[in-house]
Amino acid sequence: MKLNPLAKSKITLENGKEVAMKRSMTPLIILIGIVLIYFSVRITGFSVLVIYERINKLFIILQEMAKPNFDYAPKLWVPLFNTIKMSLLGSILGAIVAIPIAFCASSNIIKSRVVVVLSKFILSILRTFPTLIVALIATFIFGLGTMAGTVAIFLFTIAYVGKLLYEQIENADMKAYEAMHSMGLTTIQSFRYAILPQVLPNYLSTTLFCFEGNVRYASILGYVGAGGIGLLLNENLGWRNYSNVGMILLMLVVAVFIIETVSEHFRKKLM
Amino acid sequence: MNSIEQQLLKEPKNRLSTIITTIIVIALLLWSVSAFNLSNLTGNGLTIAKNIFAGLFNPNLDLLFNFTDRGVPYLLLETMAIAFLGTVVGAILAIPLAFLSASNIMPKPVVFVVRLFLILVRTIPAIVYGLMFIRVTGPGPFAGVLTMSLTSIGMLSKLYVDVIEDLNTGVLESMESIGCTTFEKIRFGILPQLSAMFISIIIYRFDMNLRDAAVLGLVGAGGIGAPLIFAMNAYKWSEVGSILIGLVALILLVEFISNKVRTRIVRG
Repeated sequence: MKLNPLAKSKITLENGKEVAMKRSMTPLIILIGIVLIYFSVRITGFSVLVIYERINKLFIILQEMAKPNFDYAPKLWVPLFNTIKMSLLGSILGAIVAIPIAFCASSNIIKSRVVVVLSKFILSILRTFPTLIVALIATFIFGLGTMAGTVAIFLFTIAYVGKLLYEQIENADMKAYEAMHSMGLTTIQSFRYAILPQVLPNYLSTTLFCFEGNVRYASILGYVGAGGIGLLLNENLGWRNYSNVGMILLMLVVAVFIIETVSEHFRKKLM
Repeated sequence: MNSIEQQLLKEPKNRLSTIITTIIVIALLLWSVSAFNLSNLTGNGLTIAKNIFAGLFNPNLDLLFNFTDRGVPYLLLETMAIAFLGTVVGAILAIPLAFLSASNIMPKPVVFVVRLFLILVRTIPAIVYGLMFIRVTGPGPFAGVLTMSLTSIGMLSKLYVDVIEDLNTGVLESMESIGCTTFEKIRFGILPQLSAMFISIIIYRFDMNLRDAAVLGLVGAGGIGAPLIFAMNAYKWSEVGSILIGLVALILLVEFISNKVRTRIVRG
């Protein structure tokens, strides 16, 4: 067995024909990887020495966090519920608004290419903006508070659910739709009775999944002033009050875990 | 009664569960409506919104095409370097954790403990890690790299585990039967099965890390986020516009390339 990957190995078949083995791309890819790593290390100032010398600071912080301050818990309920409210409202409204946009972005329903391309473009632009930056912009317009966070989550949900929904619609079985169309139903009517029942379970499941993720996102939106528990997280990290941070994270982990378990139960039922 | 009507009668009757679900959803919606208040709407909110859009459509071209270390291209390069290095470090650290939490290799208690640890790592938001690492390394891209590596571990090892648990062990048995050594079994039996999927997962994670790295700058962990928040707080909307345009273009480009490369890798 030859282990030198650069050598071109040849195999002689029974009829005397020589077949050359394809040269492996692996050494080239590894070389490119090493060059990229070298430049990234230069740009970011990565140094193992600093990690070695100062990593104990991280463990000091973690040690303090591991002793959550339970006296702090009563103050956390309102922000925690605000976080959940933000993600719930944003997810529900976003999922509803996503339907017409996804409808316009499905190339098998809408015959006008301009509308389809435009809707798809809007969805991908919305998806590219990081949620935190949208929230930051929203705080400038709607002021500090839960409204800005709700807007950010609303926009992200439109983009996420909208993209998955139009992919579903484009892959749906068109036979029933065409039959209804030929019987004289309008596009909207045939969409309602032929396509919607096909995509509905998947759409609901996607929305639930998006809601789960949104709770995680919403928890940090407070960092830019968009309401919820993130504000307290930011304050306590700033004051280096790590046992309070530990308490916040503990509540967050438990809340996320409960929501995920409930939503997973319903998603399994939908499938 | 014809056969169609008979078939229609067989439809399951779940009106009660539909009504209950509707009531629950509406109740939750009403409960959460309090998040929707316009009382904090700043008086000049509409003017600001107009200014933001004006800025987005009239970006500061000097900044966008400035190739010194204050211009958008360099900041994007720095963001990419943070995401790349973070992904590489995370990808390497995730491999042992993935093998430790693969239920077809390890005993159950070990798997349970490692999985619990991974869930904890995944739930804590990236920004919290960022703020913690800034205390370790000081502000700058280095803190961003460490944050990216830690946040990558959670998802990468979860996806690795799925691949490892799907390993075709028949190949290993047949290699053993023709007398291969352990090294040969790993090199020619396991690696080829894992490498393609692993690389595809890593590229996907790089794509996600790029978005997170852009946000991490908000806490001072390097990359394009810090100039963005400075420009916003100074109401320099044309600078905000040029930064956002650069960011969106980069993310769309990377997403496009990563999708192409991944389909090629997975299909062979």
